[in-house]
Amino acid sequence: MATEKKHFNIMNHKLVPFHMIISEKEREELLKKYNIEPNRLPKILDTDPVSIYIGAKPGQILKIIRESHTAKEAVSYRLVVESNK
Amino acid sequence: MERARSVTKKIGKIEFSLLSPNEIRKMSATKVITADTYDDDGFPIAMGLMDPRLGVIEPGLRCKTCGQRVGKDKCPGHFGHIDLAMPVIHVGLIKTIRNCLRSTCRECGHLLLTDKQREEYFKELKRYNQEGRNTTYLLKQVIKDCVKAEKCTRCGREVGKIELDKPTSLRENGKKLTPSEVREWLEKIPDEALPLLDINKKSARPEWMILTVLPVPSVAVRPSVTLQSGERSEDDLTHKLVDVIRINQRLQENRDAGAPQLIVEDLWELLQYHITTYLDNQTSGIPPARHRSGRPLKTLAQRLKGKEGRFRSNLSGKRVNFSARTVISPDPNLSINELGVPIRMAEELTVPVKVTSHNIDWCKQMIKQKYLGSDDHAEYIPGVNYVVRETDGMRRRIKVTEKNAEDVAEKLEIGSSIERQLMNGDIALFNRQPSLHRMSMMAHRVKVVPDKTFRFNLCVCPPYNADFDGDEMNLHLIQGEEAKAEAEILMKVQENILSPRFGGAIIGGIHDHISGCFLLTHKDRKIPLDDASHILAAINYDGKNFKTFTEDGKKYISGKDVFSTLLPKSLNLEYKAKACFNCDTCQAPNCPHNAYVIVKNGVLKQGIIDENGIGAFKGKILDRIIRDHGMDAGREFIDNFTKLAIASITLFGFTTSIDDEDIPDEAKKQIAEGIGKALKKISGLVKAYEAGELESLPGRSLEETLEMEIMKVTGKTRDMAGEIAGSHLGMDNSAVMMAKSGARGSMLNLSQMSGCVGQQAVRGERISRGYQYRTLPHFKRGDLGASAKGFVASCYKSGLSPTEYFFHSMGGREGLVDTAVRTSRSGYMQRRLINALEDVKVENDGTVRHAGGQIIQFIYGEDGIDPTRSMGGNAVDIDRIISDVKEGV
Repeated sequence: MATEKKHFNIMNHKLVPFHMIISEKEREELLKKYNIEPNRLPKILDTDPVSIYIGAKPGQILKIIRESHTAKEAVSYRLVVESNK
Repeated sequence: MERARSVTKKIGKIEFSLLSPNEIRKMSATKVITADTYDDDGFPIAMGLMDPRLGVIEPGLRCKTCGQRVGKDKCPGHFGHIDLAMPVIHVGLIKTIRNCLRSTCRECGHLLLTDKQREEYFKELKRYNQEGRNTTYLLKQVIKDCVKAEKCTRCGREVGKIELDKPTSLRENGKKLTPSEVREWLEKIPDEALPLLDINKKSARPEWMILTVLPVPSVAVRPSVTLQSGERSEDDLTHKLVDVIRINQRLQENRDAGAPQLIVEDLWELLQYHITTYLDNQTSGIPPARHRSGRPLKTLAQRLKGKEGRFRSNLSGKRVNFSARTVISPDPNLSINELGVPIRMAEELTVPVKVTSHNIDWCKQMIKQKYLGSDDHAEYIPGVNYVVRETDGMRRRIKVTEKNAEDVAEKLEIGSSIERQLMNGDIALFNRQPSLHRMSMMAHRVKVVPDKTFRFNLCVCPPYNADFDGDEMNLHLIQGEEAKAEAEILMKVQENILSPRFGGAIIGGIHDHISGCFLLTHKDRKIPLDDASHILAAINYDGKNFKTFTEDGKKYISGKDVFSTLLPKSLNLEYKAKACFNCDTCQAPNCPHNAYVIVKNGVLKQGIIDENGIGAFKGKILDRIIRDHGMDAGREFIDNFTKLAIASITLFGFTTSIDDEDIPDEAKKQIAEGIGKALKKISGLVKAYEAGELESLPGRSLEETLEMEIMKVTGKTRDMAGEIAGSHLGMDNSAVMMAKSGARGSMLNLSQMSGCVGQQAVRGERISRGYQYRTLPHFKRGDLGASAKGFVASCYKSGLSPTEYFFHSMGGREGLVDTAVRTSRSGYMQRRLINALEDVKVENDGTVRHAGGQIIQFIYGEDGIDPTRSMGGNAVDIDRIISDVKEGV
C-alpha cells in the first residue's frame, strides 16, 4: 500500500544508533575475544523495530555503534532472541 | 585473554510445593486441641499449644518426641497440627484458586478449551520447556482463552462468572462459594490439566490450596518469655493459634449440635478471618488482628517481610563480633590515617596471633606484660585476653587473668594462638552510616587513647559526612593477615583521598585549616622570627634557615615562605584563588586582590592560599601534589598543612561576633533608600497591572508577568543591599575572611545579616497562601505589594517585624520539609540501584559483567577510564600538558 511506503524510516532517527548484523567470521572472533557463549551477550528481541527493519533472525548477533559521552563512539553487541510474542 | 572464571553456582531451579493434608498429619508430633498453654502449676498441657512433644525451649528439659535437649544435642522442634472443623481458604493462594476456577468446568473439572486448543497449548508448552523459556506468558494466555469459553466442551455445562471478593471470598454468578464447594470443585480437576494451570502435578494438587489441617509450628518458633514478675508472655503466633483453636472448637460443637445455618456460617467466617490473619496480618480488606494493648500482631508474613523481617534483618544483614561503636570527636593532632580508640574498647577488642617459633617469646611477653606492674600508668599496655590451644581437634580457650598470666605464658606452645588486645598500629575499618559511597568505610591505623570517644583528623569529615554534634561511628577489627594487607592497600584513608565521583580530592582542608592558611598567606603577612619558629615547630621543620628581613631592629619572615616549606621543590602552578573577585578585566599575573596564585619551584611567589588551594573538593595544590607525588606525599601534605594552619590561626587569633556585621549609619541609610525605591517600583508595577497598563511577556499571562517583574526587583534589591553592606565590610573583617576564603559561610549570609533578608518564597513563588485573597489579616484583601507577599526588608541583625518573621518561617519550613522528603526518597532510590548493581564488576579484560557472567558493558564506561584517576572526569588533562610543554618539563 502507498501508506506503508510513507512510514518513517526509524534508522534515520537521531536516537537510533547504527545497527548491523555481523558476519559468521566476525561472530567467531567476537566470541573468542570475550571467551563467551552467545547467550552471555546483551539481548535484543527479534520483534524489536530495528531487528525487524534489518531482518535479524534469532541467534544472529547485531553490532551497534553508539555515540558516547566518554568515548566518542562505543561499540556493543547484542544477541537476537525470540520474543514470547 | 583467558577470563579468570570465578566459582559461581547457578541456581538451576527452585520448586515450590504444597503440603498435603496427609503430609501435615504425618509430620505432626501431636494433634493440638486445647487452646491453653500451661496449667495452674506451670506445666505445659498435653495436646495444648505448648505440648512438650512440640519441642523444648528451657535448657535441661528433654523433648518428648526426640529425647534431645535444647542446648547440646539441639532438639530442632517438631510440628503439630490442628484439624479444622470446616475447610478454609489459604489467603496466599487465592489468586491461583481463582485462576483454577475460572479455567475449569464446575461439573467435570476439565479445562474450558476445545480439544484442538488444548493439544496446541500442550505442544507449545513442551516446546517452551525444551527451549528453557519462561512459560509465564503462555500460561496467562491459557487462562485468558478459558475465560472466553461460554460452555464446557465436555459436559456442556454453562460457565459461570467467577469473581474474587478480596481477600478470601469467591462468587460464581454473584452467588457465594463456600470453601467446601471450592474444594469439591478443585478436587475434580484432573491431573492432566495441571501443567496448563502452572501447577506441578508431582508437588501439588489444587485442592490442597484449601486448608483442612493447619500445621502448628514448634515452640522453638514461638518461644514464650517469662517476665521479671514471673508472668508468662506468649508469642504473637501463639496468641493467634489460641484464637484459631477456640473458634474451631466452637464451630465443631455448634455444627455437631445442629445449630442454625446462620450461626455456623458466622463462625466459619470467623475461623477464616483468624487463619487469614495468622498467615498475614496485613491482608488488605480486613482489619489487622490486634494485641490487647492495641498493637497489631506480628504473624507469619510479618516475620519475613520488610526491613525488620527475617531476610533483610537476619540474613542479608547480621550483627558481628570484633566491632565497636561510640561517639566521635575531633583530634587535629592525629594523622588522617590514624584513629583514636578508647582504652576501654582496646582492652575488649582482640586480634588473633598464631604462635610460631619466631614469635613465641614475644607472645609470652604479651601475656605477661599487662600484669608486670609498670611505673608509667599513663601508657597503654596491650595484653592478651585468651589463649587458644588446639590438641587433637579439641579447642581449649583459656582466659588470661592476673593470677594465671605467668603460668599460662610459661605453658604456651607453638601452634596455639593468642587473642591479643588492640595495639597502636593495628588496622581497623571505620564506618559511618548511611554508607552512601565507598569512602564511608575506610581503614585507619589505631592509636589507643584515653577517655571514651573515637577521635580522628578533621580532614576526614567530608568523606564520612560526619560532624561532632553527637554522631556515632562503627569500628571493625581486621582478623586475618590477608584482609589486613588488602585493607592497607585498598582502603586506607590516604588511598581514598581522590574520589571516584568526580576525580578530585574529597579529603582536604576545611574551616579553620583554610582560615589559617589564609591568615598566613594573605597580603604580605610578616611574622616575627620567634613566632614563626612556633608555627614551624608544629610540623617539626628541620630544613634550612629562612630568608629573614629586618624592620625596626626586629627579624621577620614572610608568611608565604612559611607556607612554602610544605611544597615539594618541583611544584609549579598558577591558578585563581577562591578570593578572586571575577573582575571584568582580569589582570591575571598582577592581580590587585592578591587572588592569582603563582608557585614556582616549590615557592609560593604570590597569591592567597584558600579553599581553591587546599580545600576538600577544590584544592588545586592538593590535587597536584597527589597526582605528581603520590598518596604518601598527599597524606604528608594534608597532615602538615593542617598542623601549620592550626598553629598559625592559634598564634594570630581569629574571632567573629555580631559586630562583624556592623555597618556605618550612612550605609544603613543608603540601603533603606534603595529598599524604599524598590518598594515604590513594586507598587508602581502593581498599579500598572491594576490599571491594565502592564505589558505581558511573551508566553506569560499578565499575572505571571507581574510576579516575574516583582521577583526581579526584589532579587535586585537584596543584591544591592548586599553590595552596599559588603563594600563596608573590609577584608580585615573575620566573617568576610571566612566567606571570601571559602572556610565557612558566604557573602549572601553576611548580606542577609547586615543588609536585607530578601524575598521569601514557597514553591518558588512569592508567598500567596493563608487567608482569603491575602496572606495574613494584617493586609488588605488582594494586596499584591511587596511586604504583603513575603518580602523581608529588614536584616537579621536589626530583627524582623512580626509579619516578616512569619513569612520567613514559612520559607524555612518548606526547606526543612524538602530535605526530609528528599533524603527518604533518595535513600529508597539508592537501595533499588544497589540491589540491581551489587554483583556487577569490571573483569580483567575490561568488560563489565555481573556474577552470572552476562556482559553488561563491553568496555567499562565505554572508554575504560577509572574516574578516580581522571582529571575531573576527563581522561587527559590537556591544559596541564600544554603548560608543561610550554615550560619545557
